Amino acid sequence: MLRAAVEAGADSVYCGLRDATNARNFPGLNFSPDELAREIEWAHGRGARVLVAINTFATAGGIDPWRAAIDAAAAAGVYAVIVADLGVLAYARERHPGLRLHLSVQAAAGTAEAIGFYAEAYGVRRVVLPRVLSAAEVAEVCRGSPVEIEAFVFGGLCVMAEGRCALSSYATGRSPNLAGVCSPAEAVAFDRTSQALTPRLSGLAIDRLGPEEPAGYPTLCKGRFEAGGATGYLFEEPVSLNAMSLLTSLRDAGVTAVKVEGRQRGRAYVARVAAAFRGAIDALERGEDLAPWEGRLADLAEGGRETAGAYRKRWR
Amino acid sequence: MSGRLEITVGPLLFNWPAEAVRTFYRRVADDPAVDRVYLGEVVCGKRGPLLADALAESAEALEAGGKTVVWSTLALPANRRELRASAALVEAGGPVEINDISALARASTGAPAGTPFVAGPFLNVYNEAAARELMRRGCVRLCANIELSLGAVAAIARGCPGLEVELFAYGRLPLALSGRCYHARLHGLHKDACQFVCERDPDGLAVATVEATPFLAMNGVQTLSHGVHVVDVEPARLREAGVGALRLSPHTGDMAAVSAAFRRFADGRSSPPELRAALAAAGPPGPLVNGYVHGARGLELLDA
Repeated sequence: MLRAAVEAGADSVYCGLRDATNARNFPGLNFSPDELAREIEWAHGRGARVLVAINTFATAGGIDPWRAAIDAAAAAGVYAVIVADLGVLAYARERHPGLRLHLSVQAAAGTAEAIGFYAEAYGVRRVVLPRVLSAAEVAEVCRGSPVEIEAFVFGGLCVMAEGRCALSSYATGRSPNLAGVCSPAEAVAFDRTSQALTPRLSGLAIDRLGPEEPAGYPTLCKGRFEAGGATGYLFEEPVSLNAMSLLTSLRDAGVTAVKVEGRQRGRAYVARVAAAFRGAIDALERGEDLAPWEGRLADLAEGGRETAGAYRKRWR
Repeated sequence: MSGRLEITVGPLLFNWPAEAVRTFYRRVADDPAVDRVYLGEVVCGKRGPLLADALAESAEALEAGGKTVVWSTLALPANRRELRASAALVEAGGPVEINDISALARASTGAPAGTPFVAGPFLNVYNEAAARELMRRGCVRLCANIELSLGAVAAIARGCPGLEVELFAYGRLPLALSGRCYHARLHGLHKDACQFVCERDPDGLAVATVEATPFLAMNGVQTLSHGVHVVDVEPARLREAGVGALRLSPHTGDMAAVSAAFRRFADGRSSPPELRAALAAAGPPGPLVNGYVHGARGLELLDA
């Protein structure tokens, strides 16, 4: 997966260690410390950077695995670690002062003030912005930020501020902040009848789909609910994020890096998305029109539909 | 931690008319069960200016009634005006509850050094190391994140000697915040021209599944639980876990009965089932739940 991304043109790849310290703790997805060292060597040979996500919140009374993950990443010679937890940041800063720190979106730093705090207190060098900001807000944050900004451009669309959402644990007992997962697979079930498909999370019906409607992964905030007599997608439609059309404004806003989701996806998906964004960014650098690149990934969208999300202000 | 458990009233999360706000806090000012009150708009920066006068008057009434008044900052400040409002609360130098790291930056640098603050439940403090980082910057009290079990809270308290620990003990759980206003969206409006439709729902608007199971509640940019959380853990166990205060989140219904029920419970004069029965009779906006504090799914009601 990492190699597929690099070969398709990614400059940097985030990966995780095979434990609860990263927010994609799924079987078969992450690396042991030895595998990590081997992949870093491979990536360096191709001019790419490897970054390690240690971006879950450490468990109260059981912080050691997070400290060990920081030590392992530093020992493997990663370009940077991406961290959300204040305690883990403090440990990394103190124990490995030379280790480059990126701030995970889970830390919910969506203002220049918050970013300034993390930069000053922990020497954070780059911050990943939440997906609830408009392009104008991104530009304002960039103007006030003393450090690099990274923005999501393709993949899942969190409509709640990341790191500030407990919907998943309310229904299933596990959430991004508690367990590094949202709407976890073990809680998912589908009821099928001849008329309808009902996706469930921990028994709760979170949508009802007719025979012709495409079924995506049942993420809680993209379910169909009823309020005030109206039934529909009250929080967000089952769509995924594609901000390809906003690359120009994100670059002009001062965004340093754009991020596409990859670790939960297949190799072919990662290769296609990385190649498309590589091509679009190179075209942007050459001053070319991006129109030919837009829509190129439409068939990859969840439930077949995509959106530029909060980057367009009318989303709110 | 020993001695009497404090009962506090958390910041009002809903958009109540100014007169309802005044009436509510005038009543709280005279409520012998309540020790401390958090004031301020934490959910939506658009509501703040409408309530400024009512809250300032309420603060005076509460202080005259002997309550400790703490101002709470916005949980998700989104523009210059909202950031300035949070900064102003911190710079005022009085007791303040910080609900977003933006305001912490101000507390660490802009305010007089070491200005004490409360870390609110909207901050991501999940372990003792993170809590210690806040203590280094002046945090004297932590209202634990709602997702944390009592065991996790106890581990934090053990690792942070001297830190006062408060639990969100009554009310619909504040589960999520967004840049998008769901009330406005439901009514076909844009957030910037929302007509303050959230004021129609003084406990939030119930959200049900397509099978009519009540599940969540929307409150502008905030999503809450439909269920009303209750910390029904015996006071001795709470104190053993380092908990010194129980926070009641304002709702319609008989909040005087709610605070009286918690005072009795905290003083060992009623059992968990008696507490739950008293709360159920006080007109909560949803069924009681207690899963999080027991380390379970938030929407469960376990027999404590």
